[in-house]
Amino acid sequence: MTATICDTAAEAVDVVQDGATVLIGGFGMAGMPVALVDALIEQGASDLTVVSNNAGNGDTGLAALLAKGRVRKMVCSFPRQSDSWVFDGLYRAGRIELELVPQGNLAERMRAAGAGIGAFFSPTGVGTPLAEGKETREIDGRTYVLELPIRGDVALVGAHRADRQGNLVYRKTARNFGPVMATAARTTVVQVAELVEVGELDPEAVVTPSIYVDRVVAV
Amino acid sequence: MSLSKHEMAALVARDIPRGAYVNLGIGQPTLVADHLPAGSGVVLHTENGMLDMGPAPADGEADPDLTNAGKQPVTELPGSSYFHSADSFAMMRGGHLDVCVLGAFQVSAGGDIANWHTGAPDAIPAVGGAMDLAIGARSVFVMMTLFAKDGTPKLVGECSYPLTGVGCVDRVYTDVATFDLGPDGVVVRETHGLSYDELADRLDVPLLRGVASGTGR
Repeated sequence: MTATICDTAAEAVDVVQDGATVLIGGFGMAGMPVALVDALIEQGASDLTVVSNNAGNGDTGLAALLAKGRVRKMVCSFPRQSDSWVFDGLYRAGRIELELVPQGNLAERMRAAGAGIGAFFSPTGVGTPLAEGKETREIDGRTYVLELPIRGDVALVGAHRADRQGNLVYRKTARNFGPVMATAARTTVVQVAELVEVGELDPEAVVTPSIYVDRVVAV
Repeated sequence: MSLSKHEMAALVARDIPRGAYVNLGIGQPTLVADHLPAGSGVVLHTENGMLDMGPAPADGEADPDLTNAGKQPVTELPGSSYFHSADSFAMMRGGHLDVCVLGAFQVSAGGDIANWHTGAPDAIPAVGGAMDLAIGARSVFVMMTLFAKDGTPKLVGECSYPLTGVGCVDRVYTDVATFDLGPDGVVVRETHGLSYDELADRLDVPLLRGVASGTGR
């Protein structure tokens, strides 16, 4: 179904249920859909599993969601940053579960989910603690580890511009996980800086085709 | 004299082939960019989705949508391109990057690297793209001091810290010597302020004398 244009971020995130797995775009703050995360905090869903490259910066956005105690588990590659004190405190207190995933496996596991791939063998992490307990296989003389898809119930993505059908373009390195997460969730919710009419985006320049997008809100 | 961080970075930059696609890890390796000669044609890759990453912007011109892997502001160059995270790591794992330069806690004689986690019980583990880079780039260079603050060597027989990658390091640049790690063992390429014998005495790994030992520093 073509995308629904929402008037408010609150309306856009009302689909998130308790216990949901939520994919949240961004690399640090670049590409982080802050308005959607703020709306999710207001909306109140809890017991969430959040998949995001980092585990929040400062006291806003994802960090604020964590601080409210809404997140049971973080799946990420790089939680420890100079300003990740909210996550750090929860982790040290044993109040949040962490699944640490090498960044390329994190991206590829979501890509696999979005592409209908049941699992894949990755060379990343072989022989390290992050591959412990996982199936390995030697292929053409190299060892690989089996990685399973990560599917989201909802993806929250920050893009630069959308048309009213849901086609997306991003801006510079704020693109990062957005296009992959948009494919990997049952419902993809996108915040954009600008909403334009259908036909105004150059079809050659569309990064995320509208088929992956369910809800759009301009903020 | 042992080498400063910038002198080490200059040595690494000297060894990066013209026109290479290169990823510089967070921390000391980023200094290598300052020492690439003008016209080197080296293209810098950043894991968060950009090729031909430029230097830091002028004061007041930072763009929050344009950052490097360390989340610091950077700039575009003519020839820059953007791509999403899955493509960015496909470039690594797929063997398309010519060189990556990584920092490390320890490197083993067999080319294992440990650089993501000290294993301390209260440490918060964070790996980012280190494991993908270590096994993906065609040549993996490490830049580190050879001895920890307590004097223990960081080039070791077997890493005691949790591994980042197995058998993947090709060359180690340190403040007192540069090493090639290959099928024959650890070859000392050059030394800085230490003789080969002094170096062999302070390390617990067998060394082989390279062709260009000693820079006269």
